[in-house]
Amino acid sequence: MKVTIKLFALLGEYLPAGAADNAAEIEVADGATPADVIRRLALPRESCHLVLINGLYRPPGERDDRPLQPGDVLAIWPPIAGGRD
Amino acid sequence: MAWARKVLRVDLNAGTCTDEALNMDWARRYLGQRGLATKYLVEETDPRVDPLAPENKMIMATGPLTGTCASTAGRYSVITKGALTGAIACSNSGGFFGNEMKNAGYDMIIFEGKSPKPVYLLVRNGDARLVDAGELWGASCWDTEERIKAAHQDPLIRVASIGVAGERGVKYAAIVNDMHRAAGRSGVGAVMGSKNLKAVAIRGTLGVKVDDFAAFMAATAAGKKVLADNAVTGQGLPTYGTQVLMNVVNETGALPTRNHQGVQFEGAHAISGEAMHEKRASDGKSNLITNNACFACTIACGRISAIERTHYTVVDRPQYQKASGGLEYEAAWALGAATGVSDLDACTFANFICNEQGFDPISFGATVGAAMELFEIGAITTKETGGIELKFGNVHALTELAELTGRGEGFGAEIGLGSKRLCEKYGHPELSMQVKGQEFPAYDSRGIQGMGLAYATSNRGACHLRGYTVASEILGVPEKTDPLATEGKGGLVKAFQDATAAVDSAGICVFTTFAWTLDDIAPQIDAACEGEWTPETLLEVGERVWNLERRYNLGAGFTDKDDTLPKRLLKEAAKTGPAKGLVNGLDKMLPEYYQLRGWTTEGIPTNETLQRLAL
Ligand code: SF4
Repeated sequence: MKVTIKLFALLGEYLPAGAADNAAEIEVADGATPADVIRRLALPRESCHLVLINGLYRPPGERDDRPLQPGDVLAIWPPIAGGRD
Repeated sequence: MAWARKVLRVDLNAGTCTDEALNMDWARRYLGQRGLATKYLVEETDPRVDPLAPENKMIMATGPLTGTCASTAGRYSVITKGALTGAIACSNSGGFFGNEMKNAGYDMIIFEGKSPKPVYLLVRNGDARLVDAGELWGASCWDTEERIKAAHQDPLIRVASIGVAGERGVKYAAIVNDMHRAAGRSGVGAVMGSKNLKAVAIRGTLGVKVDDFAAFMAATAAGKKVLADNAVTGQGLPTYGTQVLMNVVNETGALPTRNHQGVQFEGAHAISGEAMHEKRASDGKSNLITNNACFACTIACGRISAIERTHYTVVDRPQYQKASGGLEYEAAWALGAATGVSDLDACTFANFICNEQGFDPISFGATVGAAMELFEIGAITTKETGGIELKFGNVHALTELAELTGRGEGFGAEIGLGSKRLCEKYGHPELSMQVKGQEFPAYDSRGIQGMGLAYATSNRGACHLRGYTVASEILGVPEKTDPLATEGKGGLVKAFQDATAAVDSAGICVFTTFAWTLDDIAPQIDAACEGEWTPETLLEVGERVWNLERRYNLGAGFTDKDDTLPKRLLKEAAKTGPAKGLVNGLDKMLPEYYQLRGWTTEGIPTNETLQRLAL
């Protein structure tokens, strides 16, 4: 399935080639969780502080088990934008 | 200690400058700056006064920490009755001017009356006099600062001045110091202009004494370490400034767009902190040149930007091709999303003009957004606008109106009225997005519910700096709360409002509170000042200040009916994003808030509350 990944501030470096405006559409396995995407893009886990799915906050404890849906927008900021564990 | 214990009283009618002792009894109860100057204003003026009448006073005030080596300790505030709002105004500015004023030996300067002709105040280490400013009248803030420094052959004089906007009575005119720092909101610059006071120029080298030097050095060093170790204040603000918020708030569905018709802006990325860092294809340079710090600040969130030299706004205009004060988040939002403009350099140019001529980019951009909606529904036409096609997204309209407003010319004179007066004039008061006459900043209260309550109850009209619950609701500082819920927001708003009032009375910058709590701040104040200063006493000061401001506004004629939001936010649901289908639930939050404040159901502090706070 396809999801949109948005990586902001210094995490922008981890965007795949061809990304624009800090965003890219990527293909992930059905049932992939935010944690799967974070691993796949080799994002340092401690840098993924503020995590939003379709704009809604996803607390750290719920990033491993709740799968993404096709077309979801996963947006991630490092701790510099706040967002406490 | 820490206080200079001296007030400079400037009688502009008589042209005299007199020193008097600071009321230390009040200082112990109101700390300094915002709190203490409000106490002076309340004691010395009638709250029903016309803001632009000579009977209104204007106070420039520092806090006890201003001028010390505590991080960010260069702040000062301007306290008066606001020209935009008719409510208490307290506009806070950084840069270096506040430090200079304190080091010249003054906690505050009280301006009263009206000078018969334009003047500026010159202060050097306890020696103050008024100087003729006839030649400076009509000059911009930038020129005024340069010319005063040149006239006195002293590049280290610090200047706070009004531009043409303040002279012409633009309702949201600002007082600009150090070229691009401003006491920006509520029209304090219009009050200064009404007094024929062009500028205040200060040189101070007297130093600031603290009560316990060793304890003060230890406490301020500990505070600086907390700021350096925190990701927001140590990395985020220096790298992206407050502009790191643009994409966060847009993704969250709380970015007011096109006069609050939408809550997400398709052009947000183009005007974001990330975009300010991106290299342009044309010349390989970025909009952002460097970051910048106010006096004693170890965060350095300020933006210094330059516009691409071939951009239409600066071609053949070298004075705007130089690096200058760049976009902060609130300005980028107002000049961009609120007007539907996504041209970063055009927004930067409009921001330069706001600094140059001294007016608030938030109220300006929001008023242009309101005018654009008036234009699109046909309430105004090119006849009123002087030929400007005032459609959302028209970048040329934005930059032209910035220049016209700064000079008070053409349709700019009407934009200078602010959105409330403008929309009333053209028969659509419901299109003005404001509280108590002041335009909203950059957070839509349908997507961040607590901010609706913070805006509705803010003593200076719609404002993010009176209770920044965004920190909790979006950024999770000090702990995450749900931005779409109304439960518990009464307590959250009150806690933020009281703590912020204490910080604003101390002489430090509110941005420290991304990392500092009152537990970090109290030891610094305690070491600097005589007496016992704990987190508890600071919270009590904050609550006392909040209630004092509230009573001023009640005296000025405001009631609980003014603690509200525009119909658009209470009736028209958000159309996209997480808040889709939601309006602001103010009615669910306000009664709880009044109760927690110890106010009646009409929003009036009870006798018991007043006694508890020794008011
Ligand atoms: S944090 Fe920013 S606004 Fe505050 S004192 Fe430092 S540079 Fe100035």
